[in-house]
Amino acid sequence: MIGDSLAQVGACGLFLLGILAAIPKSLRHIKETIRQIWFVGAMSLVIIMTCGLFVGMVLGLQLYYVLSIFGGTAALGTVVSLALYRELGPVVTALLFAGRAGTSITAEIGLMRATDQLAAMEMMAVDPMAYVAAPRFLAGIVAMPLLACVFNALGIFGAHLVGVTWLGLDNGTFWSNMTSSVDVWKDVVNGVWKSCAFGAVVALIAVFQGYTTPPTSEGVAYATTRTVVFSSIVVLALDFVMTAFLM
Amino acid sequence: MTQRRSYQVGTGLFIVLGFAALAYLATQTTSVANFQQGPSYTLKARFTNIGQLKLRAPVKIAGVRIGSVEKIDLDGTKLDALVQLSLDKRFNEVPDDSAAAIFTSGLLGDQYVSIQPGGSPEMFKDGDEFVLTQSSIQLEDLIGKFLVSGGPSKPSDDASKPASPKTDNDTQH
Repeated sequence: MIGDSLAQVGACGLFLLGILAAIPKSLRHIKETIRQIWFVGAMSLVIIMTCGLFVGMVLGLQLYYVLSIFGGTAALGTVVSLALYRELGPVVTALLFAGRAGTSITAEIGLMRATDQLAAMEMMAVDPMAYVAAPRFLAGIVAMPLLACVFNALGIFGAHLVGVTWLGLDNGTFWSNMTSSVDVWKDVVNGVWKSCAFGAVVALIAVFQGYTTPPTSEGVAYATTRTVVFSSIVVLALDFVMTAFLM
Repeated sequence: MTQRRSYQVGTGLFIVLGFAALAYLATQTTSVANFQQGPSYTLKARFTNIGQLKLRAPVKIAGVRIGSVEKIDLDGTKLDALVQLSLDKRFNEVPDDSAAAIFTSGLLGDQYVSIQPGGSPEMFKDGDEFVLTQSSIQLEDLIGKFLVSGGPSKPSDDASKPASPKTDNDTQH
């Protein structure tokens, strides 16, 4: 059992090396990468924006209640923006990304494997690592930070909607407290680094699970499930490690 | 072909939207939004203790932000803190006998430099130095003094002191 898991981790690591080696070759198929960014990024916008809005609204509501106990509702903007930039934006976006884009990548590549399309590509001297795996991996790295930024922006908007428009917090207090205590590099940019790493991890796991799936319909089903489970665990664990280093 | 064009346009829109969101977050919701644009001039001030004053802390007159702390350095010979203030060029009519003081916003808030305008007809020029400064008030010192002397020691308080003659010597330092 432990041997199997170790073998899985090792195979995934070797697979990552294979993808990195195939990236220069995949740049010749740059259009395929763009198509994947559209597929995993632009097509995920609706769910990311909706969830960002509601997460921001809930944060605004909950923190307003908690802060009002201490008479500190003026700090609402600060607390919401710091929570979003540093933690919730990257992590929740990564979890949604795994559910929305990771599963479809796994299912697509798994079906390619099951219907021998990958073998056919190899026969035609098209390297599937460069044409199938690497573009999806790159698309994950590019799309995740952008999605996380959209998520954060909508979250701030949601918190502003609840805190200022509905609960009557002062608009100037909300923004000035936020701008005086949020730092570009320590908060915003660190969140972007995090989401880049999460995008790479989720895309890697999704591509790997699809690429190595048993070529059966049951195998594809299991691989899709494993993508969500593994990427959620790895994202949350990596989040802790990265937070400790980026602090 | 139209299919390909539409997804390329969609991807482009997505990337532009993502970067627009990043630019918005970085410039409108962070301390970058407080950065002053436009020309500025520099004034210097010496303090014996700057407390928790940090770089980019605000400089205020009458509570209105007119600049920021540009540089904090220790004078190697006089052993006091040399603080460079960068002020907005629009507010270049500060009398040259004004005083600079380090205050705390709120009880436990961040510290800032407050300029109390004087009455001199001469105005500060770029690179000038404040003659009158007031260092930050150390809460610990205040508490320490309070604990030792049993209250602020003012000459007018002496009437109430004879009850504990020993503390009179202590407060003289």
